Amino acid sequence: MSKLDAKIPEGPLKDKWTNYKNHIDLVNPANKRNIDIIVVGTGLAGGSAAASLAEMGYNVKAFCYQDSPRRAHSIAAQGGINAAKNYQNDGDSTYRLFYDTVKGGDYRAREANVYRLAEVSANIIDQCVAQGVPFAREYGGLLDNRSFGGVLVSRTFYAKGQTGQQLLLGAYSAMNRQIGKGKIKMYNRHEMLDLVLVDGKARGIIARNLVTGEVERHSAHAVVIASGGYGNVFFLSTNAMGSNVSAAWKVHKKGAFFANPCYTQIHPTCIPRSGEYQSKLTLMSESLRNDGRIWVPKKMEDVKAIREKKLKPTQIKEEDRDYYLERRYPAYGNLVPRDVASRAAKERCDAGYGVNATGEAVYLDFSTAIQRYGREKANMLGLENPTAEKITQLGEEVIEAKYGNLFQMYEKIVDENPYKTPMMIYPAVHYTMGGIWVDYNLMTTIPGCYAAGEANFSDHGANRLGASALMQGLADGYFVLPYTIGDYLSNEIRTGKIPTNLPEFEAAEKEVTERLEKLINNKGTKSVDYFHKKLGKIMWDYVGMARNEAGLKKAMDEIAQIREEFWKDVFVPGEMNELNPELEKAGRVADFLELGELFAVDALHRNESCGGHFREESVEMDGEQEGEAKRDDVNFKYVAAWEYTGNPREAVLHKEELTFNDIELKQRSYK
Amino acid sequence: MDLTLKIWRQKDAKSEGKMETYPIKNISEHSSFLEMLDVLNENLVNEGKEPVAFDHDCREGICGMCSLYINGEAHGPDRGVTTCQLHMRMFKDGDTIYIEPFRSKAFPVIKDLVVDRGSFDRIQHAGGFISVNTSGNTQDANALPIPKPDADKAMDAATCIGCGACVATCKNSSAMLFVAAKVSQYSYLPQGQVERKERVLNMVEQMDKEGFGNCTNTGACEVECPKGISLEFIARMNREYFGASIVSEK
Repeated sequence: MSKLDAKIPEGPLKDKWTNYKNHIDLVNPANKRNIDIIVVGTGLAGGSAAASLAEMGYNVKAFCYQDSPRRAHSIAAQGGINAAKNYQNDGDSTYRLFYDTVKGGDYRAREANVYRLAEVSANIIDQCVAQGVPFAREYGGLLDNRSFGGVLVSRTFYAKGQTGQQLLLGAYSAMNRQIGKGKIKMYNRHEMLDLVLVDGKARGIIARNLVTGEVERHSAHAVVIASGGYGNVFFLSTNAMGSNVSAAWKVHKKGAFFANPCYTQIHPTCIPRSGEYQSKLTLMSESLRNDGRIWVPKKMEDVKAIREKKLKPTQIKEEDRDYYLERRYPAYGNLVPRDVASRAAKERCDAGYGVNATGEAVYLDFSTAIQRYGREKANMLGLENPTAEKITQLGEEVIEAKYGNLFQMYEKIVDENPYKTPMMIYPAVHYTMGGIWVDYNLMTTIPGCYAAGEANFSDHGANRLGASALMQGLADGYFVLPYTIGDYLSNEIRTGKIPTNLPEFEAAEKEVTERLEKLINNKGTKSVDYFHKKLGKIMWDYVGMARNEAGLKKAMDEIAQIREEFWKDVFVPGEMNELNPELEKAGRVADFLELGELFAVDALHRNESCGGHFREESVEMDGEQEGEAKRDDVNFKYVAAWEYTGNPREAVLHKEELTFNDIELKQRSYK
Repeated sequence: MDLTLKIWRQKDAKSEGKMETYPIKNISEHSSFLEMLDVLNENLVNEGKEPVAFDHDCREGICGMCSLYINGEAHGPDRGVTTCQLHMRMFKDGDTIYIEPFRSKAFPVIKDLVVDRGSFDRIQHAGGFISVNTSGNTQDANALPIPKPDADKAMDAATCIGCGACVATCKNSSAMLFVAAKVSQYSYLPQGQVERKERVLNMVEQMDKEGFGNCTNTGACEVECPKGISLEFIARMNREYFGASIVSEK
């Protein structure tokens, strides 16, 4: 019998959340004032949770490592947020959003959670508009929508290419109102370094003040981890430089199970890497695939000429271009889900058709869209016989209005004008669907410890659809946690303030301090980045877009070896009691070196291809789907939740079987 | 390319700081400015020296964490970018580059190039919000149409990333562009009308309390703003403030 109880409410799928809300225990307003909640991370999930919980009357302490909660990496999300509003009257519904999300996740997500997500999605848009989030609008003053990959409707709301920014600033403004009232106490430039358990319950955290270096104890009746994903285990990713797994990993080591660590999203449209000095990769929003067409040349001699700069992409004739997504997936074309688009790009580049010097780039071309929009606009303006130049100019203006900031970003980085020549793109690590295992209440296997947003594993299965991360973060924080956490805290009204002089706090603080001292006093010969880059290369080569048994075993051994070398030979300059960015990095990389191994262990055990996890051993051999990923529902229709036992390699596997009552399991076809 | 860097080093808020010189070699013109500093820091660590502390996070020009006053300009010589988006192709082989923190009384230095911009947060606490609780029962998002030009203007103002370049570049250390962006965003939207007057009065009061200077309309802030926030918003805030001070009961 598994230790895992997902606590899914009884009843028909569509009534579960309503029934649940009708029957949970509540905390009366006077008692809420005596209850403290810690929220770690202030992105969409953490920020919205902190604001909502404070509005309800709880005392919230919020922590972020940045200098302001407004800088959490949710801010960098570009394209949009999904919601089943059906404003476009194109057949959308709660069920359809639920269905698309489960299918897009390759049937590896929990039905009840996904349905709830779809159910509250419409409320998110209402809430954000009420907060003053300036979503894009049509001329009639109503909200505009766009399409994203893996779906056949337009349900994505957006604010130019800065949707994450606007939604986060909305949550930040809600936090500000509570900070001003004193209901949220904000700890900027603080990093959580351990979870404190008292009698088996989460009762607080140990955090380091990153400015003074002081190690602090903070107590609470519940702890919410909303610290984001762990894509930086690859060193190069689209995550922020500081994004890390540490909070989640500490919780895991204290007893929370870590679910599906191998489910990683490799985003198809990122700016290709250019050199050894590169510190991160930059995403170009998926929304670009609404209007951009992806191609490589059909002829190898054209590829060579392009690489030698003897030919420009604009000189390749239409019939000599291979629009490979449109060719392979006529139904979804350029809007196939991210995992499918990424693998297709890798397939073309592995076959030698990559269009830059490294051979790892494909084109994303807007010329067709520019012409189409230009003619449309000319008609709207009533221009008779517009010149080709005029049409191009008008079309470029439309494209600029839609994606201007993305085009500018591309031009600044690559030094090429994407209005005139196609963008070059290549897949990069972007998002992690795996994370801390949580039940329907978003509670981890540690009582009183919750996980929200990208930090948990719950809603996206093995692949996340575009514009769904923002939806999940805000759903968890605004609409789910405020209910579920109350059900738990209703038993805590007589607990009283948790003192921080308990032996459990003392022990946790001592452990944290000793680890910091060890890093500082190690005085080895190699920088933290040296180890991080080494880890990242192994992860990308063997645990990246395509994985096989031999490679994964090699990765496990090499990661363990780098970890050993790290603790022997890392050099961390400076002192503990000051602002010390190298020390911060060292702690995070030490945790990545443990997570990376568990990641490979999970990828090795899952001998099937599903979503972002592609095992070379598990491929369709014939028929219409030949060469596509092959899922194995008989053996792997479960969530893999790993229990820490002292060494990542010896983690114990617990399975949460997934049952699908409202969806028929099918092979995911986008053809 | 080979460069000479002159960088402000300061141990902590209490210590005095000074410019130090660091030669650096073989920098690719395609690398970003912060990647160039990464190389410098890697070199310093390998020599057993303490690296230069600077703020940065998303490296995509949106989080607003990075700062730096480069050759006398906030976010350096390029326009419409943050320091993390500034690329070395803007410099020439053999250049000497001066790198300082964003300087303002309201942005005290924490260490080296890292400053404390908590004053910006406190201005937002004073009124940078619409008082609506999370309920899930607010009216439907399309119940209240907003004219597209108003929504677009609100969006233009809302793109502010709160980096502080406007303050660093202003001879008066004025935060007017930053405050005006938030005040204007809400003033264009129907949802922002209820608290419109109190908001501008409270935010301006907090801005003055933090020690930011006043605006003398030189427009340097707009030039250096990585998001191109327009000076027009300052004019708008002045009108908002003037109107509110006449009719408010505060």
